[in-house]
Amino acid sequence: MQSPGAIEISRRDLLAASAATVTVVSAHSLSHAQTKATTESQSTKVTFKVNGESRELRLDNRTSLLDALREHLHLTGTKKGCDHGQCGACTVLIDGRRANACLTLAVMHEGDSITTLEGLGQPENLHPMQAAFVKHDGFQCGYCTPGQICSSVAMLEEIRANIPSHVTRDLTAPAEITSDEIRERMSGNICRCGAYSNIVEAITEVAGRKA
Amino acid sequence: MRFDTPATTNPIDQGKVVGKPIHRIDGPLKTTGKAVYAYEWHDRNTRYAYGYVVGSAIAKGRIRSMDTAAAKKAPGVIAVVTTEAVGELKKGKYNTAKLFGGMEIQHYHQAIAVVVAETFEEARAAAALVKVDYTEEKGAFDLAAAKDSAVEPEGGGASGAGDFDAGFEAAPVKLDQIYTTPDQSHAMMEPHASIAAWNGDDLTVWTSSQMIDWWRTDLATTLGIDKEKVHTMSPFVGGGFGVKLFLRADAVLAALSAREAGRPVKVALPRPFLMNNTTHRPATIQRIRIGAGRDGKITAIGHESWSGDLPGGGPEVAVQQTRLLYAGENRMTAMRLATLDLPEGNAMRAPGEAPGMMALEIAIDEMAEKLGLDPVEFRIINDTQVDPENPERPFSHRNLIGCLRTGAERFGWRERSKKAGARREGDWLVGMGVAAAFRNNLVLPSAARIRLDREGIVTVETDMTDIGTGSYTIIAQTAAEMLGVPIEKVAVSLGDSRFPVSSGSGGQFGGNCSTAGVYAACVKLREAVAQKLSFNSAEDLIFAESEVRSGDRRMPLAQAVADEALVAEDRIEFGDLTKTHQQSTFGAHFVEVGVDVATGETRIRRMLAVCAAGRILNPITARSQVIGAMTMGVGGALSEELVVDKERGFFVNHDLAAYEVPVHADIPHQDVVFLDETDPMSSPMKAKGVAELGICGVAAAVANAIYNATAIRVRNYPITLDKLIKELPEIS
Ligand code: FES
Ligand code: FES
Repeated sequence: MQSPGAIEISRRDLLAASAATVTVVSAHSLSHAQTKATTESQSTKVTFKVNGESRELRLDNRTSLLDALREHLHLTGTKKGCDHGQCGACTVLIDGRRANACLTLAVMHEGDSITTLEGLGQPENLHPMQAAFVKHDGFQCGYCTPGQICSSVAMLEEIRANIPSHVTRDLTAPAEITSDEIRERMSGNICRCGAYSNIVEAITEVAGRKA
Repeated sequence: MRFDTPATTNPIDQGKVVGKPIHRIDGPLKTTGKAVYAYEWHDRNTRYAYGYVVGSAIAKGRIRSMDTAAAKKAPGVIAVVTTEAVGELKKGKYNTAKLFGGMEIQHYHQAIAVVVAETFEEARAAAALVKVDYTEEKGAFDLAAAKDSAVEPEGGGASGAGDFDAGFEAAPVKLDQIYTTPDQSHAMMEPHASIAAWNGDDLTVWTSSQMIDWWRTDLATTLGIDKEKVHTMSPFVGGGFGVKLFLRADAVLAALSAREAGRPVKVALPRPFLMNNTTHRPATIQRIRIGAGRDGKITAIGHESWSGDLPGGGPEVAVQQTRLLYAGENRMTAMRLATLDLPEGNAMRAPGEAPGMMALEIAIDEMAEKLGLDPVEFRIINDTQVDPENPERPFSHRNLIGCLRTGAERFGWRERSKKAGARREGDWLVGMGVAAAFRNNLVLPSAARIRLDREGIVTVETDMTDIGTGSYTIIAQTAAEMLGVPIEKVAVSLGDSRFPVSSGSGGQFGGNCSTAGVYAACVKLREAVAQKLSFNSAEDLIFAESEVRSGDRRMPLAQAVADEALVAEDRIEFGDLTKTHQQSTFGAHFVEVGVDVATGETRIRRMLAVCAAGRILNPITARSQVIGAMTMGVGGALSEELVVDKERGFFVNHDLAAYEVPVHADIPHQDVVFLDETDPMSSPMKAKGVAELGICGVAAAVANAIYNATAIRVRNYPITLDKLIKELPEIS
């Protein structure tokens, strides 16, 4: 967190620059706007909370929770890496438990409370896990990162709740926060940039701080 | 700025900011979901449409007809753009296989249509309704079967010195072995994605590209429009590893369908489509022959490699490192290229060296054993400080020996059992392996623009990309060092074709070259500042603490700016130093594995890389590049293989469930050591690449560790348990 200001400046520039492009484009596009819409019968109204805020959407029944977040609510912190439950980039918290948002339909979540990466913290106000990822360089391209962070927050809770994993040796003793446990439980979150060694250090630090 | 004489002392040497472990300046954005990737650009006043791609179901042949009637009638569909309707398109300069257009099918999952609808779900459903009638042709899909038909690639590529045949024949100790590496997939986490929007003749594309200018140029070529009309942006890229070097189908499809739909269209390539639609690292068959005297000195070394590609493609240059890595009077390398109708083979992280070192560094381990030498010592004995094919051409800087010795010391190499298969801990056979790391240092011109405003804020603009490499951060560090401002005062804007053309990200040249371009622009800005502040010359000025100093005179830097910001732009260009001197990067990988005596499962226990790669611009981001490359190297050693359906001609395991990349549980804590050095021949930054060095040799170090653990020598990657289990000791 040497210079959040620096990149902020650059981001503002970029946004200003691209907004200009988009404005021109949108005037063009509206004149060509298509009107064919999804048939009512295939859609359902759903209400759930996202990051503490109640959201109501009418969605095509086939819309995954992931696409509801990304394409309808424009919460693009949650990533689509595979859309098939193979990578973990889409991990969000549903009522506090981690889930692959690509593997569940949005309309199944009536009344649920969903937390995405955006709900954990913001650049000026990072969640301890986000700060630890920055400190330990627990990412490179950043595309798996939202999933890694959401997953690790929930994963530590699972250990605290004494839910065993494949590598838990003694099922009668309280589950421990060890590197092996962390690695095993985080293995649904692929990082092709290969930041694993640093991610485990980030998680270990947060786990220790809270313990 | 032309760089044609070795760098002397310059402001970068101060090392106040450059070389410091500074956390990524884009870290807070990436960890909070605020970094915006290609598919995520959103303007609330725009109604985006969604494009879903249809891929060829055959590997080779022609489309006879396409029936899109049902798709067009499906709910929400706006347009269906087919390869038939679009007709032949000009191919971009950097593509081997065409991306779209015309009736010819060159490979499986080649894009043949895109269905555009109001929503993603509608587009996806309608895409399944497109019916295609093909005329299928027989193709060649099996490298081993096509090997004998392989020819010398265009440009030859054979090299040598002395008399290899005679030297090998006469050598008292000889090795002659065949090694194979499989097709591999980049499998970066962000799938290819583009949003295209037309405004009259002007096209804007948000995409995921490593090389902004190559994409812009090739997209213009493919669409048959003027390059000036195309604006491409990739400020954040979710990994690439080579597969985003060259224009891909998503950008072409988004542009064509946005034109057809009359509104902006978003196209992402679905994950299961990527591995056959895009490029991959081609499989190789490699023959290595080494002859040595009993003193351990190599007298003859020969390396031949066979690989395949589509017509018009090139070979995997797996022999590259063998020309340079070890001494030896009599030498030979050669490549043969077969025509295969698989998807396009092309660059993946360290093309050439990555698969080449997978083979060569096992061969070196085998040779050391034949000679009764420690593999670390054998490598040291055969070090060379000159290009062995052209001994008058020295290396610019080479400290392979330092890497090997430091690594051996730190890793506890002494503890390695000299006898293979001799160390057992419970159910585990334990072994250690070493391999050299080697990757050439490439240089490409790179430009940047620097703006200084009245508040003393420095803004850098360059079309350089940050694909996870840390470009934002090292570029900010470079500008901060050169202009004597705190890094908090530097803003960096990347990945936009309106900015000066950079080296881009690839071939581990991006870090060194893009910062050298920023250096050049900063030198220009320093001159402009000197002039504005009426200093005689910029040469002996000191830029520090947001001041400009000369003797007793001190002026605030921002004072150089009147009403308008001060702007300077320049480009670094490289002269002959890469010709007069061989520029390469060096390292040593040490690995300890445990192999389960009952199942043959290999677990990595410890990993260490020692790298000698010039000045390290930021030890945090450089280390991350190396551990990431080590991780990919483990994948190459143990699990990664695109399985070819040799009848139907495609990669069968084309998603992240079946193509197995390493996960958390596969990777232990990793250690990286950078030797403290600079290379003044490389650039004013005195840095070299490191991101690809990190993968070169890793897989062989794993293979050698497995051998040390089990006494089983596997020469065909990946080293899966089925290749070990038959030879493992009997268990009762
Ligand atoms: S996008 Fe959901 S698991 Fe990959
Ligand atoms: S940071 Fe790129 S995939 Fe994890």
